[in-house]
Amino acid sequence: MKAQHLKIKEYCKISNNRVLLNDQLLYEDQGSDFTTFIKLAYKKMDTNYPKFFKMDDLSKLGFLASDILLKPMTQDAEITKNIALVFSNSASSLQTDRKHQESIVDKENYFPSPAVFVYTLPNICLGEISIKHRLYSENSFFIFNHFNAKYLHDYASSLIESEKADEVLCGWINCDVEDYEAFLYLVSKKGSIEHNKEEIIKLYTTK
Amino acid sequence: MSDLKQELKEKIITQLNLEDIAIEEIADNDPLFGDGLGLDSIDALELIVMLDKDYGIKLTDPKEGKKIFESIEVMANYIAEHRTK
Repeated sequence: MKAQHLKIKEYCKISNNRVLLNDQLLYEDQGSDFTTFIKLAYKKMDTNYPKFFKMDDLSKLGFLASDILLKPMTQDAEITKNIALVFSNSASSLQTDRKHQESIVDKENYFPSPAVFVYTLPNICLGEISIKHRLYSENSFFIFNHFNAKYLHDYASSLIESEKADEVLCGWINCDVEDYEAFLYLVSKKGSIEHNKEEIIKLYTTK
Repeated sequence: MSDLKQELKEKIITQLNLEDIAIEEIADNDPLFGDGLGLDSIDALELIVMLDKDYGIKLTDPKEGKKIFESIEVMANYIAEHRTK
């Protein structure tokens, strides 16, 4: 395994009804609930992927943040990118799990929705992103109590150093009752920010 | 029958989250899968649940859906003939 000097190329945040790329505000709508906000943000980002509307909130959040970072890199369909995905959160797919549970709790009115059920795992989000960007790469979704910069740093470094991936899109996407947050960053051999635990925490905590 | 077709178009758009499609854009004989509305296998399962929940029709063999969900016209005829609610 070759130790390499890795960098953070770009990062994207979606929280508090704002979308930021490298701390530059791309979209803001303070007057909407999450459903309306994410739909308007999707339209503003010119995403053009109708399946977006079928996704659960966690997948919409992860998909949109990823799309902002990956779209410029994956537009050429001829070039396959070896970009691994390493995501994490604390709520897993709990919001969708609850929705599914509500549909099966009454035996007299038992109509579980297949479209809801398919999202009762957080890593489904990674599949949506891989399909859109034609990624055949490594992907993992970890559940932590809190944002774990050290684990993400070590895992992303290991993937690149062991040549399992050329770049790694990693971070935190969390969605629970009236609370959501996405922070994704791209680890690469090129970039202007050092890839270390301190920088990752600094980027994550800067509002 | 035209009321049922209209109702089905509304339900399909709402329940399958077809955000960018308007009722007027769905013709009665348009294919629902493939080149038509572009529905997928999860949508097919969702339509099977809809038949059961809203019209009391239980499909025991999911393969039956392939024929029944050919178009709004075919679906409406099948529902009119087999509905229990």
